[in-house]
Amino acid sequence: MTLQAYQEKAAVCWAGCKQNYGVLMANPFLSGGQKLAVHYFTVAMVLFMAQLLFGLLAGLQFIFPSFLYEILDFNVNRMVHINAMVVWMLYGFIGSVYWFLEEESGVEIVGLKWGQLAFWVLTGAVTVVVLVYLLIQIGAGNDTSLWLINEGREYIEAPRWADIGIVVVMLTFFYNVAATFAKGKWSGIAGVLTLDLVALAGLYLAGMFYVTNISIDQYWWWWVIHLWVEATWEVLVGCIMAWSLMKLLGVRRQVVQTWLYIEVALMFGSGILGLGHHYFWIGTPEYWFTIGGFFSALEPIPLVAMVVHSIYDAGAHRFKNSNHPALAWVIAHAFGNFLGAGVWGFMHTLPQINLYTHGTQWSASHGHLAFFGAYATINIAFFYLAMQQARGNVWMGGDLANGWRWKTAAVLLNLGVLGMTVALLIAGYEQSFIERAVEGSTWAGYFSAQNHPWFMQAMVWRMVFGLMTAVGGGLLFWDLLTIGKGETRSAAVITNDAVTQEIA
Amino acid sequence: MTEQVPRWASETFWKKTAIWVTGGSFVLLVFLTFDSMKQISAGGPRVPAFSVINKDISYRFDKTKQRYQPVIGDEAPLFGKVLTEAEAEMLVDHGKKTVQAKNCMNCHTLLGNGAYYAPDLTKAWMDQGWGAKASREQMMVDFLLDPEKNARTYGSNRKMPNLDITQPEAEAIVAFLKWMSSIDTNGFPHNFRAIGEEDK
Repeated sequence: MTLQAYQEKAAVCWAGCKQNYGVLMANPFLSGGQKLAVHYFTVAMVLFMAQLLFGLLAGLQFIFPSFLYEILDFNVNRMVHINAMVVWMLYGFIGSVYWFLEEESGVEIVGLKWGQLAFWVLTGAVTVVVLVYLLIQIGAGNDTSLWLINEGREYIEAPRWADIGIVVVMLTFFYNVAATFAKGKWSGIAGVLTLDLVALAGLYLAGMFYVTNISIDQYWWWWVIHLWVEATWEVLVGCIMAWSLMKLLGVRRQVVQTWLYIEVALMFGSGILGLGHHYFWIGTPEYWFTIGGFFSALEPIPLVAMVVHSIYDAGAHRFKNSNHPALAWVIAHAFGNFLGAGVWGFMHTLPQINLYTHGTQWSASHGHLAFFGAYATINIAFFYLAMQQARGNVWMGGDLANGWRWKTAAVLLNLGVLGMTVALLIAGYEQSFIERAVEGSTWAGYFSAQNHPWFMQAMVWRMVFGLMTAVGGGLLFWDLLTIGKGETRSAAVITNDAVTQEIA
Repeated sequence: MTEQVPRWASETFWKKTAIWVTGGSFVLLVFLTFDSMKQISAGGPRVPAFSVINKDISYRFDKTKQRYQPVIGDEAPLFGKVLTEAEAEMLVDHGKKTVQAKNCMNCHTLLGNGAYYAPDLTKAWMDQGWGAKASREQMMVDFLLDPEKNARTYGSNRKMPNLDITQPEAEAIVAFLKWMSSIDTNGFPHNFRAIGEEDK
């Protein structure tokens, strides 16, 4: 193809994007906040695809180490893989909150224009950061590199300039949430959400400075990673889930909010000091063995409570709802969160086993199922809720046109991630025994574990299930773009009263 | 749900519980953080001063504690030069910045944290793979400067890429790795036989 042909194709593509964007902005079924939410959801899905792509590349390098050697090395692919994940989760959460903010507060969003500006600033910044990751990759060992290229700290690699941008954007988001509730009406969900966002934004600051001492570095680094993922994110998702359950199943507010408070008490009660399970081996004092071991062992309790809660609600409301894809993903969330974050986390959280599993594929196994089960699922559920509304609140239950798509995507994604998790767990067992227990973690020990047929087979199986996940992801994207098109039946209104009457 | 909700199941009871539990846990965490900071500052009881790179560092099983722990030995200056505390700190700092700017953590683990595509660096300084203590420093520098030519793949075919590391950066990384190996990591990794400890 000539350059001119490429330019023409690009022009057509751009015109298509502009037209679709015009359609979104003119959508009569969406409020201002909901349109902004769709912006966030769209970028979230693009980043989800990027996460899948770079995960596949990194996974392939375990099997074919020469693949993309010195072009896109493992550290680049892995960094983009995990960063895309963190950012798409955040985009999903922010979008979900913007989605229900107006309905929950009863007023229009106070600073919608600022929210829109923040979206474009954040998206521009994310694009620049990713391009720098891919094209520049690394720098010299000085402050300039840490400020402009890469901070080199897992999960929060974004250079310092981007950190500052992220904080500004988060403050704008926080202002919109707090000020909108203040102008409208507060609720239990609103209160928990607002306080949680203060903690979430504040904790990010703990990852924004450089120290020479790696023990101190990792001490604060875990404040961001753990207290986000195993505390504030869980509570944020609890708020989103609470609102979704009222919407999807017509659960009573009082029930939902009481559960939310129970979850906050259990989640923060176990999660804040559960931070100690990251302080076993980084130079920190021995008392973290007891504190970290004990409190992190309690961390699954709120997740069990969530499952009990969900089963109760689903039973009490007889699954009566008109958005089957969203409900399916909420169910996937309840079980995925419990299994991935709860069971898989508990399995290696005590120091007596963690001495051998720390820094092995055990963590990768836990990470895959936990992030997917706890966070990807609830975001996807919300994307389906959004698409339903965007199509004019149409029926999305049984007999849905092209209903095979969402079902196949859900099966492929859930099986794919579960398969990867099990494959990585087998690799983790093997590594813990051979590298850690038998060979004492020398470099020779590391490689004898990596070269072992059990490890290599696990990596091949991970790849097979990774491909399954990627196909499921692609199908999900396609389905989200088309689901409900041409549907004329309107969705049934689910309220607690309607459900009660039916049961009576 | 009936109208008469017992106190333990009421919204206000759990709201108050949530506030007290969260506040209490956080206050305890802050208190423990102050204590941990005191103990893990360089030169403190668990993390040696940066000038420890002037000494021999090894790792042995402690029978009383029933775990491995670092052992600081006689003078063994890095690259044959004894450094002051300030000079040592500057060198280790340069090494740490290089480790971050080269994104080492997305292949390796440091103190067991990071990615799992390449070996853990916690005790890399004292790995038996370097052969003998006398030639170790030079081997490490050579490897960092040209990892492809001096590849140590152990039959895995997984080679470290060339990361444009300069001579001063390579020496600084070695200093950082030597200092990191002296941190008391509560016996992690277990059963690790350090270079020079083969017969002990």
